[in-house]
Amino acid sequence: MISNLINRKILTLLKVQYSNMLEYRVEIALWAISGVIPFFMLNIWTTNNLNESINISDILLSRYFLCAFFVRQFSVVWVVFSFEEDSLMGKVSPYLIQPLNPFFRYLAQHLAEQITRFPFALIIAFFFFIFNPESIWIPNLGILLLSILSTFLSFLIQFLMQSIIACLCFWTEKASSIERLLFIPTLFLSGLLAPVVSFPSYVKSWIYLTPFPYLIDFPANLLSGNETNIIGGLCMQILWIFLLFPLFKKIWSEGTKKYTAMGS
Amino acid sequence: MGQNIIDVRNLSKSFDVSSKEPGLKGTIKHFLRRQTKSLKVIKDVSFEIKQGEIVGFLGANGAGKTTILKMLCGLIYPSEGSILVSGYLPFRRKENFLKNITLIMGQKQQLIWDLPPIESFYLNASIYDLDKFEAKKRIKKLSGMLEIDEELFIPVRKLSLGQRMKSELIAALIHEPNILFLDEPTLGLDINAQRNLRKFLQKYNKETNATICLTSHYMKDITSLCKRVICVHEGAISYDGKLDLLLKKLSPVKEILIVCRSEEDAIKLENSGFNVKNKIKNEITIKIENNSITSSLKTILNNFDIEDLFINEPPIDEVIGKVLIKKDYDI
Repeated sequence: MISNLINRKILTLLKVQYSNMLEYRVEIALWAISGVIPFFMLNIWTTNNLNESINISDILLSRYFLCAFFVRQFSVVWVVFSFEEDSLMGKVSPYLIQPLNPFFRYLAQHLAEQITRFPFALIIAFFFFIFNPESIWIPNLGILLLSILSTFLSFLIQFLMQSIIACLCFWTEKASSIERLLFIPTLFLSGLLAPVVSFPSYVKSWIYLTPFPYLIDFPANLLSGNETNIIGGLCMQILWIFLLFPLFKKIWSEGTKKYTAMGS
Repeated sequence: MGQNIIDVRNLSKSFDVSSKEPGLKGTIKHFLRRQTKSLKVIKDVSFEIKQGEIVGFLGANGAGKTTILKMLCGLIYPSEGSILVSGYLPFRRKENFLKNITLIMGQKQQLIWDLPPIESFYLNASIYDLDKFEAKKRIKKLSGMLEIDEELFIPVRKLSLGQRMKSELIAALIHEPNILFLDEPTLGLDINAQRNLRKFLQKYNKETNATICLTSHYMKDITSLCKRVICVHEGAISYDGKLDLLLKKLSPVKEILIVCRSEEDAIKLENSGFNVKNKIKNEITIKIENNSITSSLKTILNNFDIEDLFINEPPIDEVIGKVLIKKDYDI
């Protein structure tokens, strides 16, 4: 019963946010195009033959970076910026006195944006295959479904991490500057610039204890068919969600006590 | 009038605020060693509000009336004291409490900017667990009361301020709340829109017996809607009671302009012991205490040849203005 009601709320939120996102389709297309860092990285890796040092073929590497692009497209999170703006402008106030946590609104916004992004990401992939026909492959259904699940879990981890930082808006107005601290590890340790396998083994052992390699590296390896520990990776993703969710709830609960409803 | 729906006891609220001296020196000092102090913005406030009452909160800018409203609806946490609204502690924001209240802040909107208001209404309806049929019925009823129809299908960004405010009201009232917290709801609206909004609120209160707590700087909002006012001065209540009693207390005399048939009559009246404010030819303005108006007018009409007579109420803004700068009104 309760889950039905929440589902109905989420479904309506999704529908409304999707309509809203369609108003910004050009902007979203540009965002999709701007997420082509993995392709630049692929170019750097292949022109310098860096992949030879980690025993990954050109084809597997190009598939990895294409998958990294896809995972990134469907796990990109900006909740801290939206929440910070809404908080400063006083827009959070009406949401706070509605019987639905405001973060569901942001969650729906992100999901709706991903749906809007999907066709643009497919077009970019189409052009990628035109220029790299040897990289074309069709993952089996099981792997595809697991990859979708893993990408969604990656999105949830990032959404929770940023939501925790967003809640710091209750203490400091500029929580997004704290988010910048996450930018460097996310960029270097997530697998966006290089597969984590390319790191020295003593670094790798530490990296795998953080949530970062499960944001892009793991789902991208899974989808591209590279060797990876599927069960271990999924378990780590779920573990991080279970660790981050109570932390978010606690910070949210403490933060709302600090809320001063400024700007409203 | 029903039982108490809002019960506030010894409520206080403090905020930490940092101050900065001007100039580069002040900036560096502020950067290196920020000084914050606790500012008590609400001081030991107590009051009760009954079901169905419309209460106006009056006060100068920064007096604390909006902060009280924010605490009543559970938006901010009180530092001291207790609040009970409809049997709930507002700050816990229990679902049943939230379904029973609404907060409308002038100029602050919850409508989705790029979509028509109707989309926001259906979204709110689902948040408040209303099915589509019920939502449609309520939207129709509210839009009828507010006289807005085709505009509901136009993106919010293209609506006028008045149309947006009406849409905001529908979004905020779709769940038929029992308690309305309105923070300057007529801010920025033109005279007609203000009047329509007041008419709507009166009608809503009459039809649903909803309790309305209202802050406004437009005295017309207060005088036409509220029988009771709570005046807030520097975070404390300076007056809590009937508006007409406050007005009588603040303006105990009325000015009466009397047009006599001749200047001789005016001179006679001037010398008859009344408190004369001024006299120009056959027109004379006298001040009479509220409690002796009837008898004084009877005397004047019986003893002098009067052509016309005007009773001037002192401007309400002027009268209320006195409340905003005074600490205590003991009536």
